[in-house]
Amino acid sequence: MRMSRYIFVGILLGFILYKSEAVSWFRIYEMFRFQSFHMFGIIGSAIVSGIIIVYLIKRKHMKNVEGKEITIKDKAKTYPRYLIGGFIFGMGWALAGACPAPMFILLGAGNTVFIVYLIAAMTGTFIYGKLRKRLPH
Amino acid sequence: MIETYFNQFRDFVAQPWPWYVAGPLLALVMFVLLYFGHEFGISENFRLMCAADGADNMNEFFKIDWRSGEWNLLVALGAVFGGYLASHYFLGPQGDVAHISDATVNSLNAINIGVKANEVPLIPEFISWKGLLTWQGLLMIGGGGLMVGFGARYAGGCTSGHAISGLSALQLPSLVAVIGFFMGGLLITYLVIPYLF
Repeated sequence: MRMSRYIFVGILLGFILYKSEAVSWFRIYEMFRFQSFHMFGIIGSAIVSGIIIVYLIKRKHMKNVEGKEITIKDKAKTYPRYLIGGFIFGMGWALAGACPAPMFILLGAGNTVFIVYLIAAMTGTFIYGKLRKRLPH
Repeated sequence: MIETYFNQFRDFVAQPWPWYVAGPLLALVMFVLLYFGHEFGISENFRLMCAADGADNMNEFFKIDWRSGEWNLLVALGAVFGGYLASHYFLGPQGDVAHISDATVNSLNAINIGVKANEVPLIPEFISWKGLLTWQGLLMIGGGGLMVGFGARYAGGCTSGHAISGLSALQLPSLVAVIGFFMGGLLITYLVIPYLF
């Protein structure tokens, strides 16, 4: 039962991205054409709220549910992987009009073709795992 | 009586959510997961699913105990439920409509994607099983998925892990990743999508 809380977090995530239309291919196209503030507003206000939350967590030494202080791991500071990987991710995002969370949400909404996207994304992840040692990071 | 309250609640939730509601709620999702001892990152699920499907025996990158990521798989499962509930019981009065700007409607019409203002569906008709039978649809759905899966793991995160969690924690690598997301997205939007239709 303790694990069921994560399902509720996921349901909330589903409502947020579905009801704000962030799952829409058209919204992603609009964002990359800079023709509306909507998507920038969602991501921007999430970041601003997030910065405040993380600042307060650190300042108050807030503890998690297990009583341990909340820490956020620093990302490794090597840049090629973020730029190249990010670039490839961005291309896929613009083509499919959906990043990973919207894919799960749209599957639930009945857009079953996203099964193909899911299998393709798992394949892409697998190919990365195979090539990882030969790629610049 | 209770039914009236429920209907009012449903109508309230069913409105399109503005950005200033969605954004802070996404930060709340990140906070709740931190409170539960985890970092928000949806694309990690692709790796967990690979590991669970047997890739852990084929490659060391997948030698992870996917059960330790059970929480994340449950978030993804919850997102599936959330999508079902939102789309079946909380549709707005106009239905499944994306309220995109007139400028976007004009741009879409200019590249032969026929949409009418105020009647733009959430998901275009070419993102469908029928669309998948064309090379363009296969490129968008299959190719897009492949690049998302590969790129997210190469970059160590997707929109949730880098744009939201990473930037909230003022991580410079995440800023580089997000710049990469936009460079890739702009390239496809301006140089590829116009030639697919």
